[in-house]
Amino acid sequence: MTEHDEIPSMFSGMLGIIRRDLLLAWKRPGDVLNPLFFFAMVAALFPLAIGPSPEQLQFSGPAVLWVAALLAMLLSLNSLFLSDYEDGSLDQMLVSPLPLSALALGKSITHWLTSGLPLVLVSPIVAITFQMPLSVIGVLMLTLMLGTISLSMLGSVGAALTVGLHRGTALLSLLILPMAMPVLIFGARTVSLVAAGDGVAGGLYFLGAYAVLVLSFIPFATAAALRISNE
Amino acid sequence: MWKFIHKLASPPHFFRIAAYIIPWLVVPGLLLVGYATYAGLFLAPADYQQGDAFRIIYVHVPSAYLSMMAYMIMAVSAGIGLIWRIKLSHAVAAAAAPLGAWFTFLALATGSIWGKPMWGTWWEWGDPRLTSELIMLFLYFGYMALRGAIDDTAKADKSSAVLALVGAVNVPIIHFSVEWWSSLHQGPTLVKEGGPAMDPAMLYPLLAMILGFTFLFGALLLRRVRAEVLFRERRTRWVKEMILSGGQ
Repeated sequence: MTEHDEIPSMFSGMLGIIRRDLLLAWKRPGDVLNPLFFFAMVAALFPLAIGPSPEQLQFSGPAVLWVAALLAMLLSLNSLFLSDYEDGSLDQMLVSPLPLSALALGKSITHWLTSGLPLVLVSPIVAITFQMPLSVIGVLMLTLMLGTISLSMLGSVGAALTVGLHRGTALLSLLILPMAMPVLIFGARTVSLVAAGDGVAGGLYFLGAYAVLVLSFIPFATAAALRISNE
Repeated sequence: MWKFIHKLASPPHFFRIAAYIIPWLVVPGLLLVGYATYAGLFLAPADYQQGDAFRIIYVHVPSAYLSMMAYMIMAVSAGIGLIWRIKLSHAVAAAAAPLGAWFTFLALATGSIWGKPMWGTWWEWGDPRLTSELIMLFLYFGYMALRGAIDDTAKADKSSAVLALVGAVNVPIIHFSVEWWSSLHQGPTLVKEGGPAMDPAMLYPLLAMILGFTFLFGALLLRRVRAEVLFRERRTRWVKEMILSGGQ
């Protein structure tokens, strides 16, 4: 057996990270559930603040759900690399012969599976309380699906830059929120436009294109940021 | 040429050369801004639609242009610093950020003051360019906050460089998405096909103001970079020798 055979392929390394992180999330369900409760609660704050008028709720529903989803995604980002940083597995990833960007992509994929996807699945329940018709809920789920992928990716750079800094979530939010504006704009506006009877394609195309863009270039930025943060 | 650039990248040389360049930027900058202030306030005719309120463009347009220019300078020099590991260009990026944030703020403030007589409100969310300037300001804040949060200068340089580069890729996307979102800002008058749609008596002061602002921005930037270099090199011999000899 040569030396090279012992190194797992890039793909299996990534799958290994995904499997491990999913297992960790399964063992600590609170980390997955808390952002979901947060999402539902923030969404519940708005009807209480705006008032129960169905027209107004219907009008503000897409915006409220999208803002709540954005904040819920931010909430879970802080811990993306934290436990790896604390128990030393991040150092193992840094010295591993596999490309760090592939491992970072694995981390982002798991982050999306444990925070983005559950949000997409829970959103219809919250959307119904905002009097959203079924056809619009479908669009909401689609935009959230594409949008949360981008948010997971963008967030991983921010999490990588701030790992090991004891300044907490405020700094991370300051870094990520301005970059997340296009996702929010297209996500929320597409749902509002559909609710008003407009076409859906433009917004979805943009969200899809943006997701592809960040999927292809953010892992490299995250890897660079991880290396810098752990020098 | 390359030798000159390499020489310039060394802190002591830069420190000396910048001191010579600054007056050459300050004097024409002040002259241009002085002329443009006078011409903009007294020589340019009032706009047939906007009256005297239009005169705020003489501050608004140069500030808006510099807010973007500063971000470009910041991102490009951060990238150069990250790729070729030139310490001086990290110092340039660090010095450019607060200046850029300030010009962004000026553009927002003047835009909002202009908005009051034109649109009847201090702040109009429907205006895409005002909104993307606001997001730009947040980008600057994020950059400076990240820099401030990291104590080690070398690490702060590299981390913030990654952020600046990711931000630079995002800036056009943000701009485009905000534009799609809504549009109320008056169409471009300066940069468009068939030349600027503006009376020469209004146009020349504006061009002079843009040029003057750029000169002064360059002078301020060089001054800030000099201060930054001096602080970063405070433990080196050349700084000690310079101070002991009492010179610049």
